[in-house]
Amino acid sequence: MSGQNEHKTMTLKLIVWRQNGKNGPGRFETYTAREITEHHSFLEMLDVVNEDLIKEGKEPIIFDHDCREGICGVCSQVINGVPHGGQERTTVCQLHMRKFKDGDTIYIEPWRARAFPILKDLMVDRSALDTIIQAGGYTSAHTGGAPDANAIPIPKPDAEYSMDAAECIGCGACVAACPNGAAMLFTGAKVAQLAVLPQGKVEAKERARAMIKAMQECGFGNCTNHYECQAACPKGIHVKFIARLNREYIRALIG
Amino acid sequence: MEILTNTVGRKVLMAVTGLFMLFFVIVHLLGNSTIFVGPSALNTYAEKLHSLGPLVWAFRAFMLAMLGVHVLFGVLLTLENWAANPGKYAVNRKLKANFSSETMIWTGALLFAFLVYHLLQFTLRVTPDIIPEAVAKRPGDVYAMVVGSFRHTAISLIYVGAMVVLFLHLKHGIQSFFQSLGWSNDRTLPRFETIGNVLSALFLLGYSAIPILILVGFLTR
Ligand code: HEM
Ligand code: SF4
Ligand code: FES
Repeated sequence: MSGQNEHKTMTLKLIVWRQNGKNGPGRFETYTAREITEHHSFLEMLDVVNEDLIKEGKEPIIFDHDCREGICGVCSQVINGVPHGGQERTTVCQLHMRKFKDGDTIYIEPWRARAFPILKDLMVDRSALDTIIQAGGYTSAHTGGAPDANAIPIPKPDAEYSMDAAECIGCGACVAACPNGAAMLFTGAKVAQLAVLPQGKVEAKERARAMIKAMQECGFGNCTNHYECQAACPKGIHVKFIARLNREYIRALIG
Repeated sequence: MEILTNTVGRKVLMAVTGLFMLFFVIVHLLGNSTIFVGPSALNTYAEKLHSLGPLVWAFRAFMLAMLGVHVLFGVLLTLENWAANPGKYAVNRKLKANFSSETMIWTGALLFAFLVYHLLQFTLRVTPDIIPEAVAKRPGDVYAMVVGSFRHTAISLIYVGAMVVLFLHLKHGIQSFFQSLGWSNDRTLPRFETIGNVLSALFLLGYSAIPILILVGFLTR
């Protein structure tokens, strides 16, 4: 009841991108987030703002979210100029308001890339990433009984490498961060996680080719090695996987 | 040919053509450095080069082709990238990209302009600072020609400026080359970045030393 820390709340100024539909012109709107504690996650803070908007009879801010625990890769907001807000290895949903101060102004924008059309407000269509996966991000296998887990021995370093690449949650922050709107970090991770394993090696060449082709057809840009993607990636995916993708492609080219 | 349309294929072509131009930048600096040994060293070097005749022309044609491919895909790449990222953020905070990486097309364009000027000056010898009679009298005296031109402050400044531009292009370009060819990983990438920084700084110092030293009065006959 007395001046405990937990009762301290923040008031924040939000400048949020609002856009009615795919083609609708967008604009920034300013909102005030009241009664925010340091324990609120960033999305919970937006929930509070949306509650207020609904009470006032206004349209709530539309944003993508699902698991809210950093694994589904659906939350997607550029906060103060950095996808996911710039806290290392943290998705928007795992970002907490203790990172902000009372009175802060926060810009919230959607992922921006030609391949990610805005659907509404902060929500974009990221199905282009699925298209890339459909082009080759799998291994072909006969159905039947599950094989024994140890039937194919895989060296520890290869398993680790593959798992590092497989950490990618497909959020698209790499694309949003890229000055060229390229999806090379995502595609690189998806190609690399399979290319290093015996099951994936079989189709490695066709996979690299097909996924790069799909990536281009979806309207993503070309990589110019800024490495902005790695810096923004909430899973710390390394650009060495882009080098791997390049290597896989060169290997496919020379036969 | 798939390599011509594939985004990675194009980057490979840019990297390979960039590498040949990089080799040229190294060899050219070594050749030019004979100026520090003295007039006869530079003139002998120039004479040797010219005596190679058709080989020189074959080499020039090859370098021109490298430049052509590099510029073509550099421009295409950049135009596509501008189209792929139309909406700019209201707030744009960069975590890793830097001035050098973000200005490749502009440093490239400036290098191209400089190259044209440089060839008009010392290869075709048609810029106003070149005195035709002097050159006609002693066409092999490259030293006198170079010193004569770099005595002009403006010309020396253009050259030093161009070398700053080359520094910026290669500071990003050299490490980018290793990445484009798929040779880098988490261990080697920082090293390639260091190599790029050191090499491009060496080019800046080495090349700029010639006009600067001439301008301040060293390296005269
Ligand atoms: C002295 C001449 C030049 C040298 C030594 C050189 C060298 C390089 C190198 C090593 C790269 C990295 C390639 C890669 O990403 O793998 C590069 C990239 C690039 N260069 Fe050049 N270049 C030169 C001239 C030019 C010119 C005249 C242009 C004009 C348009 C240009 C435009 C570009 C562009 C747009 C890139 C792409 C940037 C990137 O992908 O990182 N360059 N250059
Ligand atoms: S590489 Fe990182 S930023 Fe890109 S989609 Fe995967 S998790 Fe997201
Ligand atoms: S909501 Fe699932 S990762 Fe953020």
